[in-house]
Amino acid sequence: MLSVNRYKCGYCGACVGVCPAAALELVETWIEVSDDCTRCGRCTKICPLGALELIKEAKT
Amino acid sequence: MKCDLVVVGAGPAGSMTAKAAAEAGLDVVMLEKRQEIGDPVRCAEGVSKAALKKMVELDPVWISAEVKGARIWGPDGTEIVMSEDRAGAEVGYVLERKVFDRALAQQAAEAGAKVMVKTRALGLLHEGGVPSGISAAFVGESLKIEAPLIIGADGVESKVGRWAGIDTALKPKDIETCAQFLLQDEKIDDEYCEFYLGNDIAPGGYVWSFPKGDKLANVGIGVLGSKANSGTPIRLLREFVKKQFPEGKVLEMMVGGVPVSGPIETTTADGVILVGDAARQSDPITGGGIINAMRAGVMAGEIAADLVPKGEVDKKSLQVYEKRWRETIGKSITRNFAVKEFFVDLTDDDLNHLIHSLDGVDVAELDLKGLLKVLLRQNPKLLLKLRHLIV
Repeated sequence: MLSVNRYKCGYCGACVGVCPAAALELVETWIEVSDDCTRCGRCTKICPLGALELIKEAKT
Repeated sequence: MKCDLVVVGAGPAGSMTAKAAAEAGLDVVMLEKRQEIGDPVRCAEGVSKAALKKMVELDPVWISAEVKGARIWGPDGTEIVMSEDRAGAEVGYVLERKVFDRALAQQAAEAGAKVMVKTRALGLLHEGGVPSGISAAFVGESLKIEAPLIIGADGVESKVGRWAGIDTALKPKDIETCAQFLLQDEKIDDEYCEFYLGNDIAPGGYVWSFPKGDKLANVGIGVLGSKANSGTPIRLLREFVKKQFPEGKVLEMMVGGVPVSGPIETTTADGVILVGDAARQSDPITGGGIINAMRAGVMAGEIAADLVPKGEVDKKSLQVYEKRWRETIGKSITRNFAVKEFFVDLTDDDLNHLIHSLDGVDVAELDLKGLLKVLLRQNPKLLLKLRHLIV
């Protein structure tokens, strides 16, 4: 899953601008991730502060 | 709530649209999702003096500093100095965006537009298959605003276009990912905007220092998205500052993404117009977006005032906007996109070579286009691919 470290995030919206699935939204000082996220990882490379990360989901 | 025009976003593009449309008699509502217009800043704040004067009557409180010119530093430390009125659209004034953006919104309000802050657009309303307004959250409460025409002035993170079926998603090679410090240091040059080039310094971008007065400057970096990795901008900016301004004190930190995609396929849909960064109208070489956004905003506002009363807001009728901005600001955006595509892949040796080729050439009076012309003349082989762009 896509994890957003909201303590690192500078809420600039760069990740929202590159998301091919329009799955991200900048609300005031945080980023919301919708179910449309395809875990492509594009946003993680764009983030100027490195606040986004793809995390392997534990098998359930 | 009902009105003639909803503007989503109260940056320079949105406020100029709202002001122009309200002045022409439309009933305008402008939404801003933040609770404070203009804050936090995500901009280096440089703007051309002459271009800004053409757009609005200046108020000195908007201006942090006035600069004499620009200095460009090559990867090996060679320097080019350009004078202020020619160095392109981004040198002249360094603004205080927090004050400037709110002043433009105030002007829109004075012209009659209703301004709503902490009001976030959530999606388009539809009637008979065409957009008929915006659903929004006003301080967390649901609100519907009906209007025949919607302006997306919602910046790099624009959603309005996507809701209307326009794919505005930026590819990594089409965005500069940026970080900036408001830095205090005795070494700051209060009179010049400075640009530092180099693949180690800022891959596919540059580092800037734009003075804000009294030994303060916006010192920032843009890195091309396709050459960046998680957190690259802030890491490289810290490295640069450590080397260049070891005693520098950081008073503010800013981050942001700047579209450098060049003109996108369409900026209109039935009942929808995009302006400013939302329409990807920022300059692909400099990253400057304020003037283009303001100009596009005025065009959109005037066109809205003409078409809304006639009920002509379908995509076909809105082509007049496409045509107007593409024939004006669109021309330099298109050319500068092609130049940028070429420059981002140059090696440091290439960049040094280009800058050395200006040795003995008086560049003090040149603008960006003039500088490119001289570079082309001095380096016909290296810049062969650019020959058709610069005439």
